[in-house]
Formats: sequence, structure tokens, C-alpha cells
Amino acid sequence: MAAVAAAEQLAPPLLEVVGVSKHFAGVVALNDVSLEVRRGEILGLLGENGAGKSTLLKILSGAQPPTSGRIVFDGADYRPHSPDAAKRAGIVTIYQELSLIPTLSVAENIFIGRAPLGAFGIIDWRRMRRETTGIIARVGLGIDPDTPVSALSVAEQQLVEIARALSLESRLIIMDEPTSALTETEVSQLLRIMKQLRAEGVAIMFVTHRLEEASAICDRMTVLRDGRLAGHLNRTDTPIPIPQIIEKMVGRAASELYARPTQRNAAGAVRLSVRGLRTVRDPEAPHAIVLDGVDIDLKAGEILGVAGLVGSGRTELARAIFGADRIAAGTVTLDGKAIAPASPADAIELGIGLVPEDRKHQAIFSMLGILQNFSVAALRAYSNGLGLMAEGKERAALAEYKKALSIRMASPEQSIDGLSGGNQQKVILARWLARDPKVLIVDEPTRGVDVGAKAEVHQILVQLAARGIAVMVISSELPEVLAVSDRIVTMRQGRITGEMPAVDATEEKLMALMALDQRQGETR
Amino acid sequence: MTTTTEPAEKKGPNTFGILKRFGPLLFLLALVVVFTALKPSFIDPINVFNIMRQISITGLIALGMTFVILTAGIDLSVGSLLAFCGMVAAVVAKGGTANSMSLSAGGGQGFGWFAALLAAVIVGSLAGGVQGLAITRLKVPPFVVTLGGLTIFRGLTLTLSNGGPISGFDASMRWFGTGLVGPVPVPVIIFALAALLCHLVLRYTRYGRAVYAVGGNAEAARLSGLRVDRILISVYVIVGFFAGLAAFVLSARLNSSEAVAGIGYELTVISAVVIGGTSLFGGIGSVGGTVVGAALIGVLQNGLQFNNVSSYTQSIVIGLILIVAVAFDRWLKSRSRG
Repeated sequence: MAAVAAAEQLAPPLLEVVGVSKHFAGVVALNDVSLEVRRGEILGLLGENGAGKSTLLKILSGAQPPTSGRIVFDGADYRPHSPDAAKRAGIVTIYQELSLIPTLSVAENIFIGRAPLGAFGIIDWRRMRRETTGIIARVGLGIDPDTPVSALSVAEQQLVEIARALSLESRLIIMDEPTSALTETEVSQLLRIMKQLRAEGVAIMFVTHRLEEASAICDRMTVLRDGRLAGHLNRTDTPIPIPQIIEKMVGRAASELYARPTQRNAAGAVRLSVRGLRTVRDPEAPHAIVLDGVDIDLKAGEILGVAGLVGSGRTELARAIFGADRIAAGTVTLDGKAIAPASPADAIELGIGLVPEDRKHQAIFSMLGILQNFSVAALRAYSNGLGLMAEGKERAALAEYKKALSIRMASPEQSIDGLSGGNQQKVILARWLARDPKVLIVDEPTRGVDVGAKAEVHQILVQLAARGIAVMVISSELPEVLAVSDRIVTMRQGRITGEMPAVDATEEKLMALMALDQRQGETR
Repeated sequence: MTTTTEPAEKKGPNTFGILKRFGPLLFLLALVVVFTALKPSFIDPINVFNIMRQISITGLIALGMTFVILTAGIDLSVGSLLAFCGMVAAVVAKGGTANSMSLSAGGGQGFGWFAALLAAVIVGSLAGGVQGLAITRLKVPPFVVTLGGLTIFRGLTLTLSNGGPISGFDASMRWFGTGLVGPVPVPVIIFALAALLCHLVLRYTRYGRAVYAVGGNAEAARLSGLRVDRILISVYVIVGFFAGLAAFVLSARLNSSEAVAGIGYELTVISAVVIGGTSLFGGIGSVGGTVVGAALIGVLQNGLQFNNVSSYTQSIVIGLILIVAVAFDRWLKSRSRG
């Protein structure tokens, strides 16, 4: 238990998590984690992807019960059986995906399910508007209570959610990555309101990747790593130093799972060159991260790792090169020739392939068989001039890749849905190999792939590069980037923030470049 | 890794798998057995061919509808489009403004059956293409676009014909509706050939693969380099083409193009496709299933009529069968997952 911290304040903590663990079908997602949050403080919860933050949030918000351990909230045992029960107990969680109903007004959202009633049980609109004005003023919002939520910016919507939490008399507000979609001004406004709430005695748990924000505002931090508690950090007179946070977050020996594949041959000529790449804001998602002048070179036979947090623009970079998102400015050249793919089909014709990050929604045809999933990008190669499929050729090719990539499957007709994540990913890789691409972009190569198969996928990527393909690997797992890359670039807020050969890179260096404002991030 | 062994997929016959694949067919056979037991003359070749001729019109459209539903789309306009194409075919066959029943099958100034057929399928395909463009370019859901089409094409039909039928075609055109090749009615032959062609296209061509992929996961299809919009437009062209072909055969059979032809056909057609196992969510289904689905409805209608069940009751039974068929499919799916 955090005895050191407990000594500082006499009052018992508001929330006390003691030795909580969570197991999923044999996987330990959270292992004996303890922490506490006091009244009127901001606790930072930090950790890399997969460290166990989301699991802990799900437990605290009542979405999932813990496997073992004890939680005490406000002196009583806290065992919410649903998110609603958690809210009633006084803990509100505000997720990145906001839970407001866009078509309803601010007032209706704040009073959803508990509208004030007047005579004959009719909603008392006047009172609802008046009270809403008071509630949103607490978070510094001066908007009309009748404004539909869809007309608000993401930042304003967040404030409405916070206001709603306050009106529910929540005593602990958990905020999951609240700043990731905000502009700098909006971030400072949010931080100011968080401080003000703290002064009013509200407890806040701030889950974030942004180290400078965490350092600026948190009174204490709890850092998770690999599902375990990595340690607690306390603010003294000065903010918690960022290098200290990074050390806690990544402080593990490079895992044997990410054993570095053997050194490869030197890279060849520049295949793909990107200069000054910018993308426009999507009118339907005006707060989405865009690319803000990206320059990169990708050489034949090398693996370029792209490290960045969610929302850094890493996926947008891949989509722009692949013709899936529109390019506003900048040039892309392939083998010295300027290209401007207007669609993925164009990019594929030119020899570019993309393994997208969300396999289920962007890559897999779950109701179709393995054969159809495999050949979908190369239908022309496996059909004749009349458009008839040459199934013999197609099956022979699949059999070849099955062997080369050791895909474990029963038959080409088997539904791809029945394969494990690793084998599905191998089928998707085979889909692109069938086109013999010049450039292959792999976004999150091992997401949803079980531990054993990760190394296999990494080995495949290395082999592809050895065949002369220019490979770009995008990953939020730093050990993965370090293990497969020859060269690594980091991204933050739509820009490239650093570049180094993989041999010189460490998790600390990369994390600093990914997570820090560049002005402060001179830890190299 | 060699240590993780994939659970070997169960091979060999799986009861649920067989039911899933052949459920509608087994049900069709069961119906035939029951109706034959009730009245042995049900199975007489004359009645069998009668059923087949009855299903051939909606069956033709159902073939096209299979492509549409495989892409998770729907086309509600086919009944109206059939009437419109039929009217166009009649105008061409009779040489322009012919609009009266009193004109007998004189022929003289018409353009002949081939021009009529061509006009019907071209107009049908174009109408489908325009709806496809509205769906893909204007991003209006297929349900809405083709609901609009349902009204528009009916209105165009009434405008073209002034509300009345156009009747009296020459013998060469009527042959496509009433002729026989040996014992087999010509519409049945047309339907069978079209079904075979559609089966081959969906099962053995690049295009067929693309249709399944787009219906299965449009985003993944786009990221795999398929021109999703083109495929979507093409399936509406195909269903329009078949509405035109069906219109020609229907007009030839009735020796008349009626302004009120095809009302409610969209529902029969969609029922046939869905009863045949094609998923309204796209990506799953087959032409074989659609043929069985169309046959099932035809057998049911004919068999009930044969046993003097009123057409009111027939509607009730067919509606129930539709719901039961889909519920059964869902149930099998949940069982085979487990």
C-alpha cells in the first residue's frame, strides 16, 4: 500500500483501490494494482498502451468487475454492477468518445432521464434551462442551453459532460485522454477548469499520454506498466519531472518477445519520398488530427518505423500515401516519379499496399472464405482476359503463402472469421504479397495478435524488406517499433518530431519525442 | 509458432451446415411432397411447367435483385420499372404512339420484337444506372432512392400510356411469352438461361468476387483496391436490365403492356431472394438460393390454389414463410457459431 503518500494527509482517501487484479480468459490484464485518490486532488494515471489503464477504468466505471481485490469509495465498499450504478455512487467517467446525444440540446443532455417536472408531470422547460445555465457556468461555459450538442466543438462537449457530472454530485471524475482531440487553447482552458474544480474539492483522475500536461497539473501520479503498478510519483513544490515519469513508464528490460531480428543488409535507393504533406480537415470530423507538413523518405529493403501516440497523425500519413484520404498539399514520389493516387485502387496499381490498423472493419471480409479474403486485391492476376477466375492459380498461390508464412488453416474455403488474429493478419499480409508491392505500409502489425504470433509477424516483415520491399511499420508499441525497424521517425500532432537509426533508439528517447512539446522535449 | 496448434476445423458433414446450405431446398421438396400427397395431379408435367412459367417473370427480376442485395442494397422500384419498360417495349413494337386496344396485331408500322426487347432492357439498365448514381454520388440510401424510383417509374408509365394498356403484338413477339420449345414454355427457358448465366458470373468471375467483397465489407473492399462505387452502380444496372427483360416477356405473354403491371412485384422478388438465403446485410447468398426461393413461393401459391385456398390466405402464408425462413437462418447461424 502507498504508505508514504498516506502519511501526508490525515483524512482517509476518497477512493482506495487495494490489490485489484483482472484476468481475461487466462490473460492477466491487471495484476495486483493499488492506488488512492483524495478529495480535491488531481491524480494522473499513466502508462503505455496495454499497461492496464483501460482495464482499470472499466472496473472503476462499473463496466467490468475485478477478478480479485477490494475497492473502497468514500468509506464504503464499492462494487458497481453497471456504469449507471457507478454514477449513482458518485464516480463519473468521461471517455474520449463522448456520451452526449448530438441531436438533443445542452439542457436535455444534462437532464437526460431526470428532467424537472412541473404540474401534471409535464417537463418544466423553464426551470431546466435556468438550472442548466447555472450548471454550465461552473465549467466556464456561457452558451445557450437550447444549443444542440452537435453544434458544439469537442472541447465544449467535454465541458458539458463535466458539467453534467458535477450536477450529478459526482465526487470523483475520471477523464480518459480528455486532451487528445483539443487544440492548445482548448487544452489550457480545460486544465484551468480542472484546477478550479480541484479547489472546490472535486477529485479528478486524469488519464493521459501527454506528459507535459500531466506534469503541469497532477498532484500525484500512478504509473502502470504491463498490468502492474510501476510506482507512484508525488508533486513537491515543483511539477513532477518528465524524465522521471518516462523512466517509470518504460523502465523494463527489452522484453524477450521483441528479440531484435538479425541485422539486415543496408537499405537501397529511396523508393518513396514524401515532402510537405498536408491533409485537410474532414468537414464531418473537424477536430481530427491532420498532417501538417510531413517529410519522409522510405528506402527499398528497409523497415521504417513510425512511432506516435493515438492521434499523432501516424495513421493519417499512411492513409494519405495510400490514396484513402485526400491530400491538400505536398508531393509524393515513387521511384522518382511524382504520384497522386486519388483512391486506394490507384495507389495499389502503383505498387503500394496497406495493412490497415483495424483489421476487423478495414481488412477482413468476415463472412467470406480465406481464399476470397486472400485474393481480393489481386483479382486481375488470378483471372483471365474474360474476367473468369483462374481458381487453380489462385489456390496454388494461397498454398504457397500458407507455407511461406506458416498460416494455420484447415482449407481455403474455411471462413476467415474462424482463424486466430495472428493467422488472419498473415492472410492479409499474403493478400498484399500476391501483388508484389514496391511499398508496404503496415499499421499496427500485431494488434489483436497473440503474443506467440507477434514474433512470427515481425519475422515476416523483416523477410519482406530483405526481398527489397520498402516497408513502413506504424505501431503504438515501442518495443515493437524498436524490434523491427531499421530507422525510426516519431510523430506528434501531425508533424515528424524526430528521426534516428534504430540502433541508437531507446524507448525513453522515442517517448520523449512522441509525447512532448518539442520546445520542452530536448531530452536527446 | 509450432507450439500453438490451431484447433483443427471440423471436417465432414455437419448437420447444421447442411441445413444452412440446403434448408430452403429441403423445404421446397417437402412442400412438393405434401401437395402431391394432397392432390396427385399437382406433379403433372402440365402443372409443373405452369408453376415454372409463373415464377419466371418475378424470378428474372429476383436474379438481378440477388446482385443488389448481395451488396447490402435494395431496389424497391422494380415493379414500376417493369411496367415502364413494358410500355416502352409496346411503343417500340407497335411503332410509336399506338395506344388503343382496338388496333389489332397488324404489325405493319412497328419496329419488331427485337427492337422492343432492346428498348426494354436498355431503358431498364439506364434507369437502374441513374438510381445507382444517385445512391453512390448523392449518398442517398438505396431504400430511399428506389422508393422514389417506385413512384417515378409508375408515373412515367402512366404518362407514356395515358393510363391505358397498349395491346396487340405480332406473333413473333408473343412467342417469347406463350411459345413452347418441346414441352417447355419459352419464359422458363429464358429464366433458366439467365439463372445459369448469373450463377456463373457470381461464382466464377472477378466481377462476382468483387460483388461479394463490396457487400461483405465496403470499407475493406475500398482499401483492397476495388472501385466500390462502380460495383454498386453496376448491380442496379443489372437489376434494371432484368426488370426490362421480364417486362418484355410479360408483355409478350399477355399480348399487352399494362400501366398497372408489376404492382407489388418488388415484395415478391425481395421475398424470393431472402427466402433463398441471401442476407439483407450483404456478402452472403447465391443465385441457386434465389431460384429455390422463387420456386418456393411459386409452389406455395400454386399448391394452395390447387387446394382451393383463397388468395387472401395465400398472402398470409407467404408472409409467415418469409419470416420463418429468416428466423430459421438466424437460428442456424447462432448454432453453427457455438
